[in-house]
Amino acid sequence: MNKLFILAVFLCGSILYPRQAPAADAVHGETLYRVYCTQCHGLNGDGKGINAPQLSVQPRNHRDRAEMSARTDDDLFKAIKEGGQAVNKSILMPNWDGNMTDDEIHDVVAYLRALCCAGAK
Amino acid sequence: MRTMIALGGAALLTALSVGSAPAAESTAKIQKDCAVCHQMSGPANADLKARQTRKGPPLYFAGNKFRRDWLEAWLQKPTRIRPAGDFAPDHTAKGPEGDAVDAASLSGHPAVDAAAAKEIAAYLMTLAPNTALLDKEDYIPGRVPARIGAMDFVKFKGCAGCHKDTPKYGGFSGPELHTAWQRLQPPFIVSYIRDPAAWEPRTLMPNKHLNTAGIHKLADYLRTIGEKPEKAK
Repeated sequence: MNKLFILAVFLCGSILYPRQAPAADAVHGETLYRVYCTQCHGLNGDGKGINAPQLSVQPRNHRDRAEMSARTDDDLFKAIKEGGQAVNKSILMPNWDGNMTDDEIHDVVAYLRALCCAGAK
Repeated sequence: MRTMIALGGAALLTALSVGSAPAAESTAKIQKDCAVCHQMSGPANADLKARQTRKGPPLYFAGNKFRRDWLEAWLQKPTRIRPAGDFAPDHTAKGPEGDAVDAASLSGHPAVDAAAAKEIAAYLMTLAPNTALLDKEDYIPGRVPARIGAMDFVKFKGCAGCHKDTPKYGGFSGPELHTAWQRLQPPFIVSYIRDPAAWEPRTLMPNKHLNTAGIHKLADYLRTIGEKPEKAK
């Protein structure tokens, strides 16, 4: 009987409070972006990082609302995790799966959305 | 008798190699001085904040990484290896044309005299906790035609985005690589390319998941550009 009661409580709890993936943290994403991304994409995220003049392909301007709106979050996640080639873009965009966890990459994606589309002109 | 001779020889070799190791009090001073900017003991630091605030690369595996003769020479005449410092965002200035290295924010490495350089290099070479990583590698240095190696480095693997393979060409955020062969032990080069995070969890170097042949080709290119063939006599 006790076991049935515990099971009932557990099931009610699961229905009332379904387990959700943790929300991506754009603030942490900004820190990660500064560490890993600004060297090419620039401190402003405009694609003009210190390495950009030496690259044969201009890094993406993450402030370009039109360009960024054309990409889904999944596209951005894939590009960061697996590199540019995985989304038919430049090999100069490396895969960052060895440097960031999936959760961290989701945080970067959340920051990219804030950068491109929250208050962008 | 042969065994005795062999043992004696081994003891002599040990005595010769240990003979140049610094005394305990010197070691303590070297550790203290270097630790102002460098991580001098493990384990590897996976903290993101630590990666942003450190002043120089970790040295606790220096004996697995550097060539002793290079260390000794460089400590006497240090030159900049990382064009934008150890953490580029802190040495980057925004400008109208885009970001540029903020040279004024960079500080140099102190130089020491020959005796001190020898002592410091000897101590650093004793720091070798990652020998097991090097032992996994089976690399026999070769050469690759310079143009083919350059194309691989620049175009196919994208290394030049962050690294220079000539003094004038390549990115600014990573350490220069035209001097890497003189600076680094070949198995370290191979091991670091294979799995950078195994050495530094918060490395800024991506793991490109290259196969062994691809890694060796890059290492061979670093040798080709870093070590000139001896002139025929």
